[in-house]
Amino acid sequence: MEKYRVLPGPEAFLPPAAACAGVVLPDPGQGHIHGEIVPEDAAMEEAAKRFLSAKVPTIFPGPLVLWGWNENAEQKATAIKALYDVLKSHNNGALLIPMPDYRPKYPKIDPEIEINPNHPNLTIWHNKIDVCMFVGVHCHQANMSLKIIRGGTSCYTIAMCAQAGHEDAMITFRDATPEKIMKLVDAVKRLKDSGASNDVRGTA
Amino acid sequence: MSSKSLIGTVNKKGQKIVDPEYLFNEAPRERFFMTGSEVVKEAIRRASVDISVSYPITPQSEAAALVGELWVEGYVGDYFRGENEFAVMSECAGASFGGARVFTTTSGPGTLRAYENFPMWVGSRLPIMINFMVRGVNSPLSIQPDTLEIGLVIDTGMLIWHAETAQEFYDYLLKGFLVAEEPDVHLPIAICIDGFFVSHTKDDVMITPIDMAIPPYDPYRSPVPCMDMEVPPVRMMRDPFVMKSNYISYATQASWQQETRAACERSRKHTVRLLGGLIEEDRSDAEILIVSSGTALAQGREAARILAKEGIRVGTVKIKTIRPFPTEEIRQATKNARLIFVPEFNVVGWMAREIKACIPDNHRVIAGPHVAGGMTLPPEVIVDEIKKVLAKNKEAIHG
Repeated sequence: MEKYRVLPGPEAFLPPAAACAGVVLPDPGQGHIHGEIVPEDAAMEEAAKRFLSAKVPTIFPGPLVLWGWNENAEQKATAIKALYDVLKSHNNGALLIPMPDYRPKYPKIDPEIEINPNHPNLTIWHNKIDVCMFVGVHCHQANMSLKIIRGGTSCYTIAMCAQAGHEDAMITFRDATPEKIMKLVDAVKRLKDSGASNDVRGTA
Repeated sequence: MSSKSLIGTVNKKGQKIVDPEYLFNEAPRERFFMTGSEVVKEAIRRASVDISVSYPITPQSEAAALVGELWVEGYVGDYFRGENEFAVMSECAGASFGGARVFTTTSGPGTLRAYENFPMWVGSRLPIMINFMVRGVNSPLSIQPDTLEIGLVIDTGMLIWHAETAQEFYDYLLKGFLVAEEPDVHLPIAICIDGFFVSHTKDDVMITPIDMAIPPYDPYRSPVPCMDMEVPPVRMMRDPFVMKSNYISYATQASWQQETRAACERSRKHTVRLLGGLIEEDRSDAEILIVSSGTALAQGREAARILAKEGIRVGTVKIKTIRPFPTEEIRQATKNARLIFVPEFNVVGWMAREIKACIPDNHRVIAGPHVAGGMTLPPEVIVDEIKKVLAKNKEAIHG
């Protein structure tokens, strides 16, 4: 049987959860690209390329980094803002769309816009978002949305996870820290300054 | 404060919180002769459990009562008796939603009475541990060993491990918390034993030191936010405007269920690390295999020993985890087998169905022998079944 690859969709009416299709999460020091385990640095480079080649690169920060739970959350938020700033300096269309909690809109969701009623700000279709990164989103909520995005859109998804990572994203990082997010900022800056970002299509 | 940062500290009972790898692999162990119920007490004593809710039903009543003693002794944070099993499991959910490590036990009809809660625990990603000391569930009423109960919960979404011996039971109780609470898993876990055969008989058990405990649960690693009325799943349940009549609402529901199944799959990696694999093989290169779980496999192993004396080579494959089911492991272990016997303590043969569903050429699977309702399964019965099938095959070959 052909190995399942986690690729941009639209994939299916109801795509499988990647874990049930045989994709396993990376161990510490690793990431994955399209379901293949790779060294974390390789995933960093690929994420930077994807961000710089996007028309509408977007960061979706979730409640774990939007609220000042502790010093670590605040430091992560600062690092995420730095990532947004460098993306914005490269592409004025870059977006930072906060998802502060999981409350559905009342009295009803608008399925024309909202990818997942648990994330009313997850507006990939109408905002034409082609590359996005989840950070600070609770793992269960992130996996659900990442899978729905893969099922119904062509958006390229990246997950910066503080725990074990996400198979349902096309690129995943695990054990996210403020330093790791800053490392991604540096990777984006480096690639941007090298000029290679003008013709970046991603390698995987 | 994370659980790992507590390693090396001492809890209120003077137990040192130790690295689980050390506890399981290096810490000294002492031999005790004890029942399965007593095993529960000694494992939970070392498990940093915050709360346990109980309700009496045979054969788990003694275990539940012994956990109550742990509360009196100060090893368990809180303990009370629920109004019935449905209430117990709902109360366990409340405690787990609140960030507690929760342990409970039940059996047979208690399991069925509580049933609605199990998929609810799964969907809410509550890593509650429940011990099923399995028994009959049918009418006429039987309190005796019967594994139909496991077959009835296998698709709830819980992790389900089946211990064969008191020793495995002790280790599974401690290790189960660690797998269930991994943030990429974070599901309820059922540790099953065969009622009476394991709960009420005494066996040698190697026990870790009384002054060491596993790290407490860290609710801040949960993959879901703390529940309130505005946050799913409760908001989705209480607010039909949000959740009805459009594709994306239903897709969210489906995706939610898929994610819980994915979480079960993710437990494989952690389980293999702690249990040394999802199955245990002995001479699985033999043409005749006995594959099962729990004490049915113990009887199968004895049958294989009897047959070996007669020159018939039979291997065994013990299934440790019913969920996740060791599909690939069983395919590999049975690839050379000509006949696969699946002895079971239940009338429907659910384990044989599971195995048939996952291997090629499943006509090789002989669903039996079965017993039920508290009957024992003497090894001689398994031996006879194997010989009967072998004789038939010989007849077929030689006309």
